[in-house]
Amino acid sequence: MKSEKIVKEPLIHITKRDTMPPWQSILIRVGAVLIALAVSAVLVIVLTKTNPMSVFDAMFKGSFGSVRKMQNLMKSVATLLCISLAITPAFKMKFWNIGAEGQVLMGALAAAAVMRTMGRYVIPSWVVILVMLAAALVSGLIWAVIPAIFKALWNTNETLFTLMMNYVAMQIIQIFIAIWIKSGSGVVGYINEQSHRGWLPDLFGVKYLLNIIVVAGLTVFMFVYLKFSKHGYEISVVGESENTARYIGINVKKVVIRTMAISGALCGLAGFLLVAGADHTINKDLAGGMGFTAIMVSWLAKFNPFIMVGASFMLVFLDRGASNVATMCKLNDSVGEIITAIIIFFIIGCEFFIRYKINFRARTPKEKAPDEPEKPEQTEITEGEKAPAGIA
Amino acid sequence: MEENVAIELRGIYKRFGRIQANKDVNLKLYHGEILSLLGENGSGKTTLMNMISGIYFPDEGQIFINGEEVVIKSPKDAFDNGIGMIHQHFKLIDVFTATQNIVLGMEGKLDLKAAANNVKELCDRYGFVLDPNKKIYEMSVSEKQTVEIIKVLYKGANILILDEPTAVLTPQETEKLFAVLKKMKEDGKAIIIITHKLNEVLEVSDRVTVLRKGETVGSVNTDEATVESLTEMMVGKKIELNIERTDPVNPVERLLVENLSCTNREGLPMLKNVTFTANAGEITGIAGIAGSGQRELLESIAGLQRDNSGSITYIDPETGTKKNLKDMSPTQIRALGVRLSFVPEDRLGMGLVGNMDIIDNMMLRTYRKGKSVFLEKSGPTALATKIVEDLEVVTPNITTPVRRLSGGNVQKVLVGREIASGPTVLMVAYPVRGLDINSSYLIYNLLNKQKESGAAVIFVGEDLDVLIGLCDKIYVLCGGQITGKVDARKTSKEEIGYLMTKGAGGSK
Amino acid sequence: MTKIIDIIVAAIIQGIPLLYGATGEIITEKSGNLNLGIPGIMYVGGISGIIGGYIYEKMTPNPVTVLLILIPLLSSLLGSLLMALLYSFLTVTLKSNQNVTGLALTTFGVGIGNFFGGSLVKMMGGTGGSIALQQTGKAFRAQLPFAKSLGSVGKLFFSYGFLAYLAIVIAVLAAFFLNKTRMGLNLKAVGENPATADAAGINVTKYKYFATCIGGMIAGLGGLYWVMDYTDGAWTNNGFGDRGWLAIAIVIFAIWKPLLAIPSATLFGGLYILSIYIPGLTSWQKELINTLPYVVTIVVLCTVSARKKKENLPPASLGLSYFREER
Repeated sequence: MKSEKIVKEPLIHITKRDTMPPWQSILIRVGAVLIALAVSAVLVIVLTKTNPMSVFDAMFKGSFGSVRKMQNLMKSVATLLCISLAITPAFKMKFWNIGAEGQVLMGALAAAAVMRTMGRYVIPSWVVILVMLAAALVSGLIWAVIPAIFKALWNTNETLFTLMMNYVAMQIIQIFIAIWIKSGSGVVGYINEQSHRGWLPDLFGVKYLLNIIVVAGLTVFMFVYLKFSKHGYEISVVGESENTARYIGINVKKVVIRTMAISGALCGLAGFLLVAGADHTINKDLAGGMGFTAIMVSWLAKFNPFIMVGASFMLVFLDRGASNVATMCKLNDSVGEIITAIIIFFIIGCEFFIRYKINFRARTPKEKAPDEPEKPEQTEITEGEKAPAGIA
Repeated sequence: MEENVAIELRGIYKRFGRIQANKDVNLKLYHGEILSLLGENGSGKTTLMNMISGIYFPDEGQIFINGEEVVIKSPKDAFDNGIGMIHQHFKLIDVFTATQNIVLGMEGKLDLKAAANNVKELCDRYGFVLDPNKKIYEMSVSEKQTVEIIKVLYKGANILILDEPTAVLTPQETEKLFAVLKKMKEDGKAIIIITHKLNEVLEVSDRVTVLRKGETVGSVNTDEATVESLTEMMVGKKIELNIERTDPVNPVERLLVENLSCTNREGLPMLKNVTFTANAGEITGIAGIAGSGQRELLESIAGLQRDNSGSITYIDPETGTKKNLKDMSPTQIRALGVRLSFVPEDRLGMGLVGNMDIIDNMMLRTYRKGKSVFLEKSGPTALATKIVEDLEVVTPNITTPVRRLSGGNVQKVLVGREIASGPTVLMVAYPVRGLDINSSYLIYNLLNKQKESGAAVIFVGEDLDVLIGLCDKIYVLCGGQITGKVDARKTSKEEIGYLMTKGAGGSK
Repeated sequence: MTKIIDIIVAAIIQGIPLLYGATGEIITEKSGNLNLGIPGIMYVGGISGIIGGYIYEKMTPNPVTVLLILIPLLSSLLGSLLMALLYSFLTVTLKSNQNVTGLALTTFGVGIGNFFGGSLVKMMGGTGGSIALQQTGKAFRAQLPFAKSLGSVGKLFFSYGFLAYLAIVIAVLAAFFLNKTRMGLNLKAVGENPATADAAGINVTKYKYFATCIGGMIAGLGGLYWVMDYTDGAWTNNGFGDRGWLAIAIVIFAIWKPLLAIPSATLFGGLYILSIYIPGLTSWQKELINTLPYVVTIVVLCTVSARKKKENLPPASLGLSYFREER
């Protein structure tokens, strides 16, 4: 009753990987970034019809061409990094907060409101700054806690909720601007342009240095918070397994709300830095979509604050560089966004090859001795080998 | 009889990561018969059946339907070959009606009215009661099962696989189901029932194939089998276990559970008036077929399942005062000064966090200690080092994620952590499942040491030899009820086996 | 009376792109894919139509009306399809995170829209900065000949370009498809519980791909309507604004039902321009009215989750990738 029919196995059969040595996964990620850069380069060259060398030259000049450009670059990196750090605790907990944009804007609005109101009186600037900071932190916090409470109460979908909160925040800004500015221009100029009340000072004469220092501090803080604090530990446990969290008596709802409060407050901080330390004004595009880009930064860096520094820098650099190339060729500067997206596509796409294994049809069942099971797909763990933080 | 073979499996292998779920499995099923696929939890029954129904794809091996070799690489291939599986966890869409679920995945024009009529007809033919337009989320468990069975019949399956169909049914519902199955058999359908309930095997099936640790032990005709012979096939030859058992020291009452009842999410009772006592200095065994309420019992005591009635009382070893543990969260229990440790059945999904390293897993229980906002790592590091050394955990170092350790080493880490706090009550669920013989003995010794140092140890196990050899007294759970309490030194496997199948659905 | 009709007409015109976006996203989400790239896809749907139209109108001496419509329509569909395919490949085949992929896709799509919108003329060697396709716009805006003679009735019902009617037809067809056809039933099953659908022999991957691609193409038509009909063949950078997100809001507001999306889109469209038609509003009051769509959406989202009526909740597996051998 032996069947002579040729029986086909599926051509491609995908299985989940058990483990992969860290060097291999890093190699895959670095490879993805390199391919993405190559694709972007080709794209820019094709679109602008310029020779590669001048493209790279222009890209570099876009970010480092002048002191002003370098300052702007650092300002943007600092802001993006700040928001990325802010949303990371929630993401690590698998709470899909895509409302960072709104939380930043609410923080910025509160800061701007305080700045305008207190600016009319002769109050020392540092007092104004402190009140602005407090107001921004609280506003961002409230904006983030609302969806968290509903999530805890009724399991309301947090992705859709936080998404909508972004646009409510933008509209609230519009309402305030309409109340403040009666002239019809609808633009809030520099607030306290004369008195500079509530403006963060330029340290050592360097613009935005204070912003950079605060964000650098925040980077270290977030690393320590996530890795060494009890809160950070609870976030990891809840994110990894709610069942384990329950087993050791963690109140999951409390942790969700608390973490979103921190996340929101730090987004508020980013808003404060934008208003007090950079733009000194308020409008609904102040965050410029960085609340969304930050999600990608946090994700690309696998929630590691130090890798986020590099990721933010890379994205801002490419965005500016590409825009500069486009402007140079009298083309639209949105090419920066296109390149940002391409890089993200490649990096998130390459995760597949780290998590899954593709088995091609190679053998027929009869060729193998049945008492010789396949070797497990695991790699030997050698002494001293350590998974980089965040990847494991 | 050969030409009457409905399905035949030859040399099936399947592996998940490190776990060899099936190894060289051979099986034959004839038309017009009911075959029981018998085996303990984790013996690979469900995995095997999932390969026939196209959910998994075998690593090796051949499947023959009516004598023809076939490849089943998707559920659709399974249907095309006339195979229908009724999963233990129902595969139904909650917001759909019964009819919508039944016609799901079929071809041709969608005519729900005609389909509903056909469903009604099928129900009448086999004696089911079902409203075709009722939504699944409004249904009871047995109604859902009915939908599952009709779904398969509706598609004209000739080979039916039922994965533990009686686990969720009342005795009356079980009787009805068996009557239906017998009718189908007379219709010429080939039926496989996955089960570990011996009385059901004897009642309904024509033949039995037994799996143990992923391998086929053998097949016998039911009329030549007895509870004893099947038990032996299922659990293996009586092994002379050499577990040292000391006499209990000063066995005072430590934990009193009285009239504990609870229901699961579907509202089905999982525990019914369970009353038992765990003494200090003793190992109290809990025997029973899997899913008889063991998990609910332990989780109720540990404060994880608080939707229950009855009482749970702890007697303080130092003062002798009684403390109520019912309705307490794990944190509150700890705040009362009760050192209650719990090694759950699901080691990596509940007891440990797979992606964290050994040190971080040590902290799960103790990280809250102290007023600092930061984690104190030196204690857990020392503990991790000590456990790795004392329990001979095979690991490159203590910063390796526990997910990457083998099953035995994972368990050593978990048990090591749970006994580190010097528990006064220690609950362990299936602590040696999947462990090799050396690791198992290491765990037995640890439990004995806890007993000697005065802890009340509660041991939930499946291997009767181990229960008899290790415990001082054994309570037997069946269908959520305690059906007996035996002295482990005097009892026999047969006595416990009888008690295990005595309760709801098994009074034979 | 005329004013009320004016408002309704304006609301419908504003609502049409939203309806396309919402219908497309409903079909996509029914497969369990939360495509946050829809706003980007709508931009691409618009710009692809513009590119196709530009090449034809500017490069042909005597353009034919049929082709003036057909070429932009097909190029718009192609552009949206490519975007949706990219999303499907990343989230379904490579099982990437849907939120991150969707947001990146929106960045990508808006970038593409603005880049080509701002650079097309230069790249094609033309002069002047902005794109204006009068002939194409005219073809898209063509009304039924008797519309004008019917007075206010004609204005209310017959004063729109064909894409407006198509939006409603597509929404109705989508409702029919989801509720009355076998494929619709299968699709809903995939979004609710892919493991169950898989066990029932439904090709989950295929359904997710098809739903996302068709949904994306429908949404892209919203962008096309905007550039060809509403703005008369002209492109303004960021001119489409946040309407893509508003379309996602409508999906929630209409509790994932295409038929409800029709009045919802009109309502949201109305709210978008209501402030213009109410006399004596101060500018902050206008902005307050503009806030309403989002607030109302949040209220609906919360109410639905609090009532826990299963039929009104988002598809149960929304946002999750499916892998058959998950253990």
